[in-house]
Amino acid sequence: MRVALFVPCFIDAFFPEVAIATLELLERLGIEVEYPLDQTCCGQPVANSGCQEDAAGAEALFVKNFAGFDHIVTPSGSCTHHIRYHFDAIPQTDEVKQVRERTFELVEFLHDILEVDAFPWAEFPHKVGLHNSCGTLRSLRHASMSELGEPFFSKPLALLSKVKGIEMVTPSRPDECCGFGGTFSVFEEPVSAKMGYDKVTDHKNAGAEYIVSADNSCLMHQKGCAERLGVDLKFIHIAQILNGDNA
Amino acid sequence: MSSRKMILDAVSRNQPSAASLPEVPAFDRDLPPPWQQFQERLAGMGGKFARPVPDGNFDALVRELHPDANIICSATPEVTGNRDLSDVREPKDLDDVDVGVVRAAFGIAETGSVYLSEMEFGVNALGFLSQHLVVLLDPTDVVGNLHHAYRRREFADAAYAVLMTGPSATADIEGVLIHGAQGVRSLTVVEAPRPSV
Amino acid sequence: MKRIDHAEASSFFIAEKENEAFHDKRLWDLRQKRDHQRDDVPEWNELRELASAIKEHTLSHLSDYLEQFEDNAKKNGAHVHWALDAEEHNRIVHEILADHGVNTLVKSKSMLTEECELRPYLARRGIDVIETDLGERIQQLDDEPPSHIVVPAVHKLRGNVADVFARTLGSDPDNDDPHYLSEQARVTTRPYFLAAEAGMTGGNFAVAETGAVVVCTNEGNADLSATVPPLQLASVGIEKIIPRTEHLAVFVRMLSRSAVGSPITQYTSHYRKPKDGGELHIVLVDNGRSERLGMEDFWTSLKCIRCGACMNTCPVYRRSGGLSYGGVYSGPIGIILNPTYDLRKYSNLPFASTLNGSCTNVCPVKINIHEQIYQWRRILSEHNQLPFVKKAAMKVTGKVLADPKAYRRTIAATDVAMEHLPRFLLYTRFNAWGKQREVPVTPDQTFHAWYLKNRGTS
Repeated sequence: MRVALFVPCFIDAFFPEVAIATLELLERLGIEVEYPLDQTCCGQPVANSGCQEDAAGAEALFVKNFAGFDHIVTPSGSCTHHIRYHFDAIPQTDEVKQVRERTFELVEFLHDILEVDAFPWAEFPHKVGLHNSCGTLRSLRHASMSELGEPFFSKPLALLSKVKGIEMVTPSRPDECCGFGGTFSVFEEPVSAKMGYDKVTDHKNAGAEYIVSADNSCLMHQKGCAERLGVDLKFIHIAQILNGDNA
Repeated sequence: MSSRKMILDAVSRNQPSAASLPEVPAFDRDLPPPWQQFQERLAGMGGKFARPVPDGNFDALVRELHPDANIICSATPEVTGNRDLSDVREPKDLDDVDVGVVRAAFGIAETGSVYLSEMEFGVNALGFLSQHLVVLLDPTDVVGNLHHAYRRREFADAAYAVLMTGPSATADIEGVLIHGAQGVRSLTVVEAPRPSV
Repeated sequence: MKRIDHAEASSFFIAEKENEAFHDKRLWDLRQKRDHQRDDVPEWNELRELASAIKEHTLSHLSDYLEQFEDNAKKNGAHVHWALDAEEHNRIVHEILADHGVNTLVKSKSMLTEECELRPYLARRGIDVIETDLGERIQQLDDEPPSHIVVPAVHKLRGNVADVFARTLGSDPDNDDPHYLSEQARVTTRPYFLAAEAGMTGGNFAVAETGAVVVCTNEGNADLSATVPPLQLASVGIEKIIPRTEHLAVFVRMLSRSAVGSPITQYTSHYRKPKDGGELHIVLVDNGRSERLGMEDFWTSLKCIRCGACMNTCPVYRRSGGLSYGGVYSGPIGIILNPTYDLRKYSNLPFASTLNGSCTNVCPVKINIHEQIYQWRRILSEHNQLPFVKKAAMKVTGKVLADPKAYRRTIAATDVAMEHLPRFLLYTRFNAWGKQREVPVTPDQTFHAWYLKNRGTS
């Protein structure tokens, strides 16, 4: 099984510890992970702004870097969503389609592909609120969606439940978007910040010490909001908890 | 070219390829007992419910329900009231009615609604200008859900038909529920089997 | 026409802290009530499928159904008019009113007449138009458009309403009890119902097989408008047609449940024939709908039944308020409808979304709202409706992301990363990120650098 690690641009630049945790976690699980050195970005920020044609170069490079792997794993739900559903600025050759189909967000990969049943090295004795990013929730289907009234399930909670000492808390609006939204966070700064303030306050009121997520972009936004608001919360990527980082 | 033709031409030109029309099931398996559910849902929508009178004197019942009423206008023979509907020349003549009385053609358990049309109202505005409305309903005239309701003939025959569910309501100011926004301030359904013919 | 600046407008609403907080809470409450009602209907998702399929069938046979509706309405004794656009709609309505010597028109809430800007048109021609829905009346008296398609004054607090009523109706400015205020609206509106020579409604549905126009309200004001004055008008968008009476069950079961979380509206009224001695005029309005029907990516937006569920669930709408969208329709549905009226004016709206997808999930007729929002971004870009600075920045970003060497050069200076990457986070307004948020601390090295150092073989 050839597995490649895709490290999204903002994780590379701002959150290297998330990428390191992802790499180490996969290695602990016995996976040999390759990291193609010429990788940049999936093109999402450009395409989401409506400038689809400007994403063509990034997409072509992505395919060039990741063609031929059995699985391409990334610790980002929103990038996975983009690659799976919107990555069409370039002609959809068999190679392109294959790369798109083989790209997995980390939680999906652990839960659905590897079917991991234990993280014996992981211990996290804290109260933790889960933030499902909208892409992982409503597109990748990490968990049941409150709008539909479907039977409860949650892949990230299923994984986190195998971590020793962790105590999950539930905010009053668990499915509410935190207001990051990629470029929305700056184009629509007033609403974005207010949503972030409300989100972190909801988690804090539920008793959370940490907010965990499979999307660091949401966490970066929420962290910025919590710090400015003076809400004492810590933020951590799910890869770090599952890798046994004690923070 | 007429606007009618221009619109129809544009629609014909632009309408997407034909999609089929699905059958609509009645969704009526495992429906709860209709009369009981009707009463629950009526209450949920702010409507009141009154038990039948043993002596069959509905005039007295209406008086009891609305002791302060001056003008009672009834469109159903069970109640006489003191305003003759046949004297009404224009709908707005009903402006001073305190209590209107009608018999519903049928009720709907799912929603607690009653069906009323010009056949029942005589003058349709009776259902809206009156301050309060009393509706007689035969428990055997209650259907289970809206699918059953909308398969009834009445809708094809009536000039005007309304499914009325509880009294007039608004929550337009801070979500505070208020009855009697513009229409009736209260609606009371009275259990009243139809007189045998 | 100036572009609507949703972001700026939203900042004004957010600054009204109490209004914003209540607005968010109230609409979220409606969303929760909707969830509760959904759980009460075991066949909910089946109903959504059916509603969507009935609408798609009808829209794909719309010309036939429109003619069938017209035939039946005429047989019922109604007059049927056709309006290509807002201007023609207003002209038709005015002609009918003028022919009958109407001085006062009472009307119930209709988004279509808002869309056509009927009220100012008639006012300029000396006709007194009275909105009779409480929320709509508040907005009319305050000279503001509705901010929500179901609860038009939801952005106002009781004190705001007390101010408006004191100013316009002469009520007690110090009494902000909603019961008192509602009663003020009732007693001051009643004389208009009695005096008006004509009443007007919109239409939630129009049934082809019976020629009936169906209106769903809670206050009874539509029925007062329709049953008291002798002359009755109903303006109906051409997309409101459904084939048969039995199909009403599917939509009526979901409309109020989705909108405000009640099993049905207090009044579901079916108007087929004019009252004795009166007249019924039905105006079928296109106003861009036939054109939208031909838009491959967007025609399904015509399935909309105007329940407002997408607005109630939308986390952006709840914070920004409906007026920030600057159009007749606001919230997610407004984002995808308004650009069809004026691409340039509403070119910022598709960016007033986080694309979270909650709107799509609550939509009772299964419109893929958030996907259409995404699609509008592409269309706007193709039609050069993005601000030049955004467009130019995306071109540069796209080039950098396509070139590993340029990319690495850009983030090589990691200590100044926030000035260089991600550019897309920073270029719009000066440090828009940092205005209300802390900027992430730049780490000592990128993952890339860490990897080369710790795992690199080259």
